[in-house]
This record gives sequence, structure tokens and C-alpha cells, in this order.
Amino acid sequence: MNALAIESIGLIAPGLSGWENSRPVLAGEQPYHAAPIPATIAMLLPANERRRTTATVKLALQVAQEAMVSTTLNNKRSNRAGTTPLSSFSEEGNMCVRTVLASSGGDSEVLDKICVTLTEPDRMVSPTQFHHSVHNTPAGYWAIATGCTLPSLSLSAYDGSFAAGLQEAAALAWTEEARVLLVAYDLPLPFPLSERRMIVAPFAVALLLNPMTTTQRLALLRLKPGEIQSADRLNHAGLEQLRTGNPAARSLPLLCAIAQLKAGSVALDAGHETILNMEVTP
Amino acid sequence: MAIKPLAITAYTVTNALGRGIAASLTALRNGQSGLRPCDFEDAGLPTWIGRVADVEDEPLTGKFAAFDCRNNRLARLALEQDGFAATARQARDRYGADRIGVFIGTSTSGIGATEHAYRDRDPATGSLPETFDYRHTHNLFSAADLTRRWLGLTGIALAVSTACSSSAKVFASAFRHMSAGFCDAAVVGGVDSLCLTTLYGFNALGLASTQVCRPWDSARDGLNIGEAAGFALLEWAKPGDGRMRLLGYGESSDAYHMTAAHPEGTGAALAMEQALARAELRPAQVDYINLHGTATPLNDAAEDKAVLRVFGSNTPCSSTKGWTGHTLGAAGITEATFIWLCLEHGFIPGTLNTRQPDPSLGAGIVLRNQERAAQVAMSNSFGFGGTNCSLLFGREET
Repeated sequence: MNALAIESIGLIAPGLSGWENSRPVLAGEQPYHAAPIPATIAMLLPANERRRTTATVKLALQVAQEAMVSTTLNNKRSNRAGTTPLSSFSEEGNMCVRTVLASSGGDSEVLDKICVTLTEPDRMVSPTQFHHSVHNTPAGYWAIATGCTLPSLSLSAYDGSFAAGLQEAAALAWTEEARVLLVAYDLPLPFPLSERRMIVAPFAVALLLNPMTTTQRLALLRLKPGEIQSADRLNHAGLEQLRTGNPAARSLPLLCAIAQLKAGSVALDAGHETILNMEVTP
Repeated sequence: MAIKPLAITAYTVTNALGRGIAASLTALRNGQSGLRPCDFEDAGLPTWIGRVADVEDEPLTGKFAAFDCRNNRLARLALEQDGFAATARQARDRYGADRIGVFIGTSTSGIGATEHAYRDRDPATGSLPETFDYRHTHNLFSAADLTRRWLGLTGIALAVSTACSSSAKVFASAFRHMSAGFCDAAVVGGVDSLCLTTLYGFNALGLASTQVCRPWDSARDGLNIGEAAGFALLEWAKPGDGRMRLLGYGESSDAYHMTAAHPEGTGAALAMEQALARAELRPAQVDYINLHGTATPLNDAAEDKAVLRVFGSNTPCSSTKGWTGHTLGAAGITEATFIWLCLEHGFIPGTLNTRQPDPSLGAGIVLRNQERAAQVAMSNSFGFGGTNCSLLFGREET
């Protein structure tokens, strides 16, 4: 099976604010505390658009931005990564990559508002809500922000959304022989949908994948679908609660393996009683 | 080198024209539209729709009862037409249950179930009724999940949801997963059903026509929403198999606006060019283009510019939205099946309901059905968020 280099990572969740800050926590070198997500995320969006967009779009774009800015900075470990406007980097010309976006439920805040409106007598659905209701809204905003016309695919596989996204991104990187940015995200649903679909906290992760096994990488991945075993669990109760409580956080065993800088195998919960196996090497 | 071709070894479609491919073929041949004035639930909107008859009368029961909603009823109905489910299960027995991927496009999935549940909230607590099952109805994956369970498949399964390009992009996704060795064959498809969200949503955007839709007409003033489900079984083509083939696909992003197409059709043209490049075909080798052709003034104008740029004005093209309405996330698979019917039966469909082609548009629009043995045809599907996908299909060269 072909390999993939992970060039850079974007990450945001309670207590996991950016890859560089989170790496020691995921490696078990620092304690995990579920601190709130900072408000200043997705600063690449122009102020007007940033005000209009939803928490879902901002979360997805934040990790996409972090991954792309990190790689543009050539792993200089700059503190600016993730908070600098994208326009500062656009002239460097490599912000434009193919993207795969994976999310179980998309923007349920928008869908909730529409469904509430539809119970009202005049059913005046807001045009803005409606055009934000499609699953590929974050992909659309990302393309506009980066001016990138390369293809993008938005998918869902319920609890297996991260694993499906990773396979789609890998297959795309190999067939196109090009870098692919995978973005996985899910947020808690608003009441009353929250009673029927429990997502415990927001979580978004982006992996910039390169089909060339470049030396400028955080890790090397080899996917081995089809070998049955059980999914890896996390030792830390708080992180394990995130893993089982958010489809995008099903990626955590992989992120922890990368953070530990050790070679080993990882088994991710791929949803509907399936497992995605992979080898990870630094 | 052109891509390794995929063979379409089984397919089916259900839409406002009826259940199964024979209903669509007959209506396409006879110029009978499936559109009717909006009579969906209690939606009192002055528009026309492409509704599939009697979906509401056939609930999912037994071990599939959790999936019961309009969208999944439509999916199940379609799976059982034309022997599709039986053929797919035979393929499962040949390849192995975990070696056939499932790639299903949808835009709104079973959100209709959530609309109903919100209407029936507990007045005191605001809670949704106990009977509401989010996972198996509203969630975007539910029709893909139903499909894999209905067919007994256990391999990779995912829902592509990129608005109105969803079930065109499933072909590209399946090709990639098969090329990567993640699966050896694929069930691709699309399912989208009528719901208040899209009816009132398109109405709010001023994009729903009060008449039957008239693609490319100078008097066109919007789209009609339809519903459909369609499926295809994809296997690597073998020489001499005589099957219809996926010859190429192209995908792009507009990077322009969330709902408005790029006025110059730049992204659409990119998708068409890439499909041609992957198939190693010149524009002149394409015999027919099934347009996205929603009949909104701006969408048709943008697509026209894109077609002119890539093909010029001589390639015959038409929109079949006048038969089915715009079936959103199911448009890609619906129009792919129409292309296969046309290539198999030697005709090019016209553009139903269109009377006076817009003189400001230049593509080679076909108004009435033509008897013509086409070999290669393209299907265009574009969506909100600036997502574009073009597919190229052809018969095996003899």
C-alpha cells in the first residue's frame, strides 16, 4: 500500500488549541485540561464574512488555516501560526490544495433554525440560513478565502466520518499525485436535536497529506483497511470522552501516536462496526 | 494516458416520471413531463414540483423501520427497481461483502423527518417526539447506511454532500477508492426527496419558478424542485464487455460566491476541460451534453459561457430538468442514467417546455428530441458553494 506524509496538522478542541500547543498534551508530557476554545479563530475570513458565518464554518476554517500556514512557514514553530491573516501568505502561492471535508452532521445550528422557522405560520426561511444549510458551506468559504479553484469534496459517514475522510483524502492524493488537505469537524447540536445526537464538545482537525514521502513531515502513514481488530482507546479519561463523543475526535489515537514521535500501529473507529488500521512512523 | 475505464454493469432510476428506467425512457421518448403544481404536504407555494407518486404509502418496516422517512422510502423504492438490488447482491457474492464500496450523494437527506419532529415538539419541554430517529433519517449518512445494509455490504461507505453536484461526484470518489484498492467495485447513487426546507428555501432565494421550468428560454425565471433516487454498479471495464463506461470526470471549485455561479462560468469550464483531459478526448468527440440547466436566469447564462468556451456552439446540448425538475443531490445520478438511456437507444433528448431559446445564449441547445446515435456524452452538475462536476460517458468502441 502506498504511503502518505502528514506535512502539518491543525487542531482545535477544548484544551487543544493548535497542534504545537497540543502536542505535549497528546504525547502525555503535559496534563490535559478542557479549557474553552478561544474566540479569535478563523481570522482568515474578512471581518464582514466572519460575523455572518457560523461556529461550524469558523471551526473548520481555523484548522484548515493552521495546517496551511504551518506548512507555509516550513515548520518554523512560529507563534504566529493559526492567527495570522491568510492574505499574508497568499503570495507564497502554495495555499491552494485539494480539500476533503468530513463531518457527521454539518451545521446543525443552521438546520435547527430552518426547522424552527418551518413550524411558524409564514415559514419565512432566511435566504442566508438556506444558503448556509448545505454540507459544503465551509468548503465554499475556504475556496473563496484562498481563491483556490481546485476540487473539494464534503462527506459524512456518521461516526466513521474521520476514517472515511482520511480514505477519500488518501485516494485523492494518490490518484492526483498531489497534496490534499483533510478537514474533519463536528460540533454539539443545539437543543432539541442534542437530545437525539450527543456530541460532547466541538472538535476539528486538519491534516495536510502529501503522497510524496517528503522529509518535511510530522509523520508517515500507511493505511491498511480491512484488518479487523478493536479501535484504540485513550488512557486519559478526558481525551477518551472526547474521542467517543465527537466523530472528528475519532482521530485522537492517530494524533497521539504522531505526538509521541514513535513508530507503531493505530486502529481508528471507522463507524458502523468497522476499523481503519494504519502504521504510523515519524 | 486516459484513465482506466469503469463499466456501468447495472443501473436504475426513480423520479417524477415513474419507477425504474422504463418509465424514464418512455417519458423522455414521448416528451411527457413529470412536473405538476406544488401539492407536497401543506406547502402552499406557487411553484411546480417533480414528485414521485405514492412514496408516502410505502413505509420501511421490520429491521429497517428505524430508517423510515421519505428520503429512505425513495431510496428503497429505487433499489428494488430493475433488479438492481439482486444484481448488486450477486456482485457482493462474487467480490466479497467488504470489497464493494458505497458512495451515495444527497443534499438534504431525511431532514423532512426533522421538520415533522419539530412540528410535534412537546409543548412544555420543547423535546422532539420519542419516535424521531436522527441517525437513521436526518443524518446525511442515513441513505448510504440503508443502502449498505439493504445490499449486505460491509466495506467503505460514505455520503457525498456537495449540494447539487453530490451524486455526480460519487463517480469520481468511487473511481479513486477503486484505484487506491480500498474496494474492487462500487455502488454509487444519489437520493434527495422533497422537503419544506428546500421548497421554502429556494422560494426565499427567489429561484423557484411559478411555472414549469424552461431551461435556456428567454422567459426562464427559475427552477422546479424534484425528487429522485438512482443507483449504479461500477466495475472495472473488461474489453468486449459491451458496457457503458465512465470515461472521465472533472471537478472544480468556483471560489467566487456561496450561491451564485461565477458569471463567466470559469469553474464549470474547468470541470468540463478536466473531464475531457482525463478521457483524452477532444471537445469535437463529444456528441451530446446533458446540461445542469436549472432554468434560473444566472445559472443558465454562466453554464452557457462555460460550454461556449470549451465546446463552441456546435455540440448538441439540452437540459432534462423540464421532465424531472431539479432533483438536487440526485441530479447527477438521474442525468447520468438519462445519458446511458440515450446512448443505448440512439436519441438525444430535447429541452422540454422551452419555447423561445434566449438569443443571448450561444450553446447548441436542442429543443426537440433527435434520433441520433451518440457515442460519447457529458453530464454537468453544479451546486451551491461553487462546486462543479462534469462526467463523460461512452459506449465501448466497437
